[in-house]
Amino acid sequence: MLSINNIVKQYAEHRALDDVSMHIEKGTIFGLLGPNGAGKTSLIRIITQITAPDSGYIMFNDDVLQPEHISKIGYLPEERGLYKKMQIGDQLLYLAQLKGLSKEEAKKRIKHWFEKMEMQSWWSKKVEDLSKGMQQKVQFVATVLHQPELLILDEPFSGFDPVNAEIIKKEILELHSNGTTIIFSTHRMESVEELCDNIALINKSRKILDGPVIDIKNSYRENKYKITYIGAQVIDPNDTLFTVEKRLTDNHATTLYLKIAEGKTINHMLSYLIPQVEIQHVEEIIPTIHEIFIKEVTSINAN
Amino acid sequence: MNKIVLIIQREYLSRVKKKSFLVTTFLVPFLFIAMYALIFYVALNNREPITTVYVVDQSGFVANKLEDTEHLLFLSTDESIASLKKKMERGETSSLLLVVPAGVATSQTVELYDTEKKGIGTINTLESKLNDILRAKALADAGIDINTLNGIKPAVSIKSKELTVDGEKDSHVGTAIGISFGLSILIYISLFLYGNQVMRGIIEEKSNRIIEVVISSVKPFQLMMGKIIGVGLVGVTQFVLWIILSVSFMAATSAVMINAKPEMHTPVKMQDGVGNGEVKQNNQERQSKMETIVQQIKAIDYPYVLGCFLIYFIGGYLLYSALFAMVGSAVDSETETQQFMLPIIMPLLFTYMLSFSVLINNPHGSLAFWLSMVPFTSPIGMLVRIPFGVPVWQLLLSIALLVIGFLLTTYAAARVYRVGILMYGKKASYKELFKWFRYKG
Repeated sequence: MLSINNIVKQYAEHRALDDVSMHIEKGTIFGLLGPNGAGKTSLIRIITQITAPDSGYIMFNDDVLQPEHISKIGYLPEERGLYKKMQIGDQLLYLAQLKGLSKEEAKKRIKHWFEKMEMQSWWSKKVEDLSKGMQQKVQFVATVLHQPELLILDEPFSGFDPVNAEIIKKEILELHSNGTTIIFSTHRMESVEELCDNIALINKSRKILDGPVIDIKNSYRENKYKITYIGAQVIDPNDTLFTVEKRLTDNHATTLYLKIAEGKTINHMLSYLIPQVEIQHVEEIIPTIHEIFIKEVTSINAN
Repeated sequence: MNKIVLIIQREYLSRVKKKSFLVTTFLVPFLFIAMYALIFYVALNNREPITTVYVVDQSGFVANKLEDTEHLLFLSTDESIASLKKKMERGETSSLLLVVPAGVATSQTVELYDTEKKGIGTINTLESKLNDILRAKALADAGIDINTLNGIKPAVSIKSKELTVDGEKDSHVGTAIGISFGLSILIYISLFLYGNQVMRGIIEEKSNRIIEVVISSVKPFQLMMGKIIGVGLVGVTQFVLWIILSVSFMAATSAVMINAKPEMHTPVKMQDGVGNGEVKQNNQERQSKMETIVQQIKAIDYPYVLGCFLIYFIGGYLLYSALFAMVGSAVDSETETQQFMLPIIMPLLFTYMLSFSVLINNPHGSLAFWLSMVPFTSPIGMLVRIPFGVPVWQLLLSIALLVIGFLLTTYAAARVYRVGILMYGKKASYKELFKWFRYKG
């Protein structure tokens, strides 16, 4: 769908993107992660053709990215904006026409979306009369009206209350199931794990990590487990099987957070424990994307 | 191309639909007419309050010859100067003290005491009255009959004709100056008015952050040009409406004024029979002056002047609004615009100031020529010269230079604009702007 190849963008003294490449599969939700100022917005602006890269190129569906592709891309910027004095309906009509829709078609689709989002009565309201959450809804509709093949959402949930965030999430998933490719730029890692198939992590102008969420998480597994059991108070291994990181005890059960030693598996661990205690619960501790993000970013910035 | 039309449409309609547009469109010509009427009214009915002039005549031949006028009442008195001064200091009435010394015929000086500054009109009246009296006395002393002398009054009036390619033409310097003033004020105000609207529109889009949404659909250049053209069309619409309204108002007022003429010229207050003739004569003079002005105003080649005005308005507007757009893109809020405004305003302000002195006094001089050629100053420089007649080749050259000028500024402004609109929270300097200009892509 979209392949980004060796993109470099230089602003005066500051290099915003340094040889960044990534590939986004058709129909997937792709998470673009990174701390503030890492270069996410610069990359998005290059994909949306707001600016041009100094070197490198982008392929859109096997074609070099060009102005005709604008009508196939929808972009919801992080800093939302609408004309304050303009009526909602006229505003959406204008933005949709700028994307190349005919007036009639745009009107039809706006009506459809207004019904879907329960905002039928908003047509002649002005933006300045709407609450922030309502404005966000309008902005979201403006982004998807032209049925883009590629949807770029920069922090789509910021400013929404939980109810409206859920509505927007539902719409995003529906667009996804209809085959829309979605680039999802955010700091909110829980929504990344929930929604994204693939992610890329950018830090200090460079891509430091990318791939399917599951693979990344797997590669960051550290052989850590959480085991709850009933039985003897203390189990101290006298060999090199595991190290206990945390121990919680209540009336009858003990929970251990432990790291299994190199070369050993959970099976070794269990066969060691079973003769001694009654095991209630075993769970592998897999690092969240959030933890991976923090770990990678802080370790790089520390150097 | 279709998109730029959409942008122009939005920019145009969103402004024309505003109430403030309707208000200014209908109010301004009304104000102009009101001003026009007020000027005529004041010119025809200018009266000062009646002032008493105490005359202490030590020469003995002046006081009895001083005739009262509409607003000067002469009162010959024998009181001492000191007591009169005291009386005046107490400020009983608006009064003056005129002391005519014995040797006035030779010294040619009199003294005038007043409690408040008198208008130049009063001084002039007094001077001319005293001159007349002294002249009459001198003539009588020399044995010349004053009536005979007054009978000999050659009155040559110069009808100035200008030789141009089209043949002879009446040249009305006074009217030309008036038109020049009007045009230079109008173009100066309107360039800033509409340029400022472009700038404010861009700042609004930038601070609203809608710019990113729009820029992901159209090129920055399209958005900038769409806005400039849209606002420009609003300006043209406004001017066309002003012209239509002014002309119809003017026609209506002229009709009313012609009907009202007899009343307007009735002298209001007569002191006595003596002053009557003089006042009447003055009124006749005024009337004929007014008629000449009206005739000269009618004689102007309106299509030519208005055509030139529109050309220079559009050219100057395109050039300056590009600069205003550049400033708008570089800042985050209107308060930050000041530092960039000065150099933009300077050339126009400079020409505007000069238009009242150098340009009008010497509309064909070399300074006037250059000011009417440089694109940054020609919108005012050339318009001021147009009523005085400008050779066609100069007009065409100036227009061509203006077109080149606006193409270049638009190019430069667009390069700064495309970077500036995406820069937030960065205090822009000239160095920064130049850097943006040089960015690739």
